[in-house]
Amino acid sequence: MSSLIASQVAPPVEQAAPPKRKTLARRLIPYGYLSPTAILIVVLMVIPIAMVISYSFRDNVIVQDNSVFAGLANYTKVLTDADFLTAIKNTAVFISVSTVAHLVLGLAFAMMLNTPLLGGVTKAIFRIVYILPWLFTIAVIAVIWRLLLDPSGVVNYVLHAFGAIQQGVNWLGDPGKALWAVTFINIWSGYPFFMISLLAGLQGIPGDLYEAAAVDGTNWFQRFRHVTLPQLRPVIISMAVLDLIWTSQQFALIWMTTGGGPLHATEMLSTYTYKQAFSEYEFATASAAAVIVLLLTMVLAFFYVRQQRER
Amino acid sequence: MATMKTRRTLAKAGVITGLVLGGLFAGLPVLWMLSTSFKNNGEVFQNPPRLITKGFSLDAYREIFGNATQLRFFLNSYIVAFSVTILTLLVALLAGFAFSRFTFPLQKTINAVIVSVQAVPPITLVIPYFGLVVALGLYNTYPGLILTHMVFTLPYAIIMITAYLNTLPRELDESVKVDGGTSWTALWRILVPISVPGLIAVGVYTFMISWNEYLFALTLTRTDDMRTVPIGIQLLMGQHSYEWNQMMAMSILGSIPVLVLFLLFQKRFIGGLTAGAVKA
Repeated sequence: MSSLIASQVAPPVEQAAPPKRKTLARRLIPYGYLSPTAILIVVLMVIPIAMVISYSFRDNVIVQDNSVFAGLANYTKVLTDADFLTAIKNTAVFISVSTVAHLVLGLAFAMMLNTPLLGGVTKAIFRIVYILPWLFTIAVIAVIWRLLLDPSGVVNYVLHAFGAIQQGVNWLGDPGKALWAVTFINIWSGYPFFMISLLAGLQGIPGDLYEAAAVDGTNWFQRFRHVTLPQLRPVIISMAVLDLIWTSQQFALIWMTTGGGPLHATEMLSTYTYKQAFSEYEFATASAAAVIVLLLTMVLAFFYVRQQRER
Repeated sequence: MATMKTRRTLAKAGVITGLVLGGLFAGLPVLWMLSTSFKNNGEVFQNPPRLITKGFSLDAYREIFGNATQLRFFLNSYIVAFSVTILTLLVALLAGFAFSRFTFPLQKTINAVIVSVQAVPPITLVIPYFGLVVALGLYNTYPGLILTHMVFTLPYAIIMITAYLNTLPRELDESVKVDGGTSWTALWRILVPISVPGLIAVGVYTFMISWNEYLFALTLTRTDDMRTVPIGIQLLMGQHSYEWNQMMAMSILGSIPVLVLFLLFQKRFIGGLTAGAVKA
């Protein structure tokens, strides 16, 4: 579960007529109400980001006192590190496959849950079941799937029973399969949020659009293509960008299933950065990687904000 | 007419099949976790797999409840998550009130900063947090965790509370001012009492984020007496040579607070969650 939520704090719709002359004290009132937030944002966001940027240009940080200016050395080291490049490639596969699958599953499930063919109670029960994966913390999701995907676990048993595999596959331990296995787990754990938003989007589509389309003698697929999809477009695009941002920040799932292995097969930008800092104690290198991650996120966030503005 | 009816029945059968298949995909792993928590450890990988085994028992749960270290994880998670929830609500209420009831220079800029805070990757923050928390003497303490968790909970809470306050008519607080009260009285006497439903929704979400947080809890605490439930579950994976039944029991117990909160406040919660994302 993540905390990044799409929204804009719209200024209140109706503004009270401003009093003729505000005293200085009265002008300062709103800032007074904002001051606890401001202090927290400075302490928890502004200073830390300044710190990590400064670390990234220095050497011997955090664990030693005698830090020295290092120029771009940390960045050169990170960007020429084969493991880092692997991490970029893995992260790209992981986030793009996850997002597309979240969208497809989320849309399919949302449309089924929105069907007029079934009663409200039936749909409510299914909705709870469908939201389930999203209610478990990543630590729990990791242990569930380590159990299910174990070489002698139930997934292998079922696949074997259907003749899909000859013997137990070590899904999380095989370098050729681990990336797909963690992506699958992430798909399972992440689609509900997409689904909830799309369901709300579907319920917001005016019914007369479908009625008009039905009068024109369109079939189900045509209505889906020409009414549903265009109507959901804004939600789909902003959810997709948000999902790319969230998924790129996924650390816990990888860390608790594969730890980035085997042989860096599931190494992500987040696990790479974490290992540099807290396994290798190379905080300066880690900081350079962390700043690169921040920059990549800002590119995605930029698209998100632009998308929000257009709406 | 008959064909219409047949087609409707077919469509209904198709939707039900789809829903059941999707439901299995979503629900079976959870069911398997539940079932495994009642097995004895020798039966976990029994072939062929059984949902309910001969050794069905509550032993795994007894083990967890009989273990002081394990219970401490729960206590820690409750302390941290409740503190984060109360502090977040308090700070976000004040900020949301400012955004909703005042117009002031830099309002949009400050608002944009708060929204964008949500996008900053935790992995970027965890390195300076480590330095900062150690320097402030907050390493391996509750305040260290509570403070850092608020970086995720606060922006969302401010956005939701502002949106909620915007739905309440301004005439309400104007009446207090007519009587000579300040904006402070208007907030606490008038707005807070009628905002309780909105505050509960925000509080539930805040609690869930804090309860589930992993990365900061992993890096900013060191000893078992400060670890939270997600870390506790992970520690079980390493310590015991894979006591799967206990890991599943711990996972179930660790999920109950969030499941209960979600089921209780489902409607309000989903409404609040999608209000921002879907508003076109």
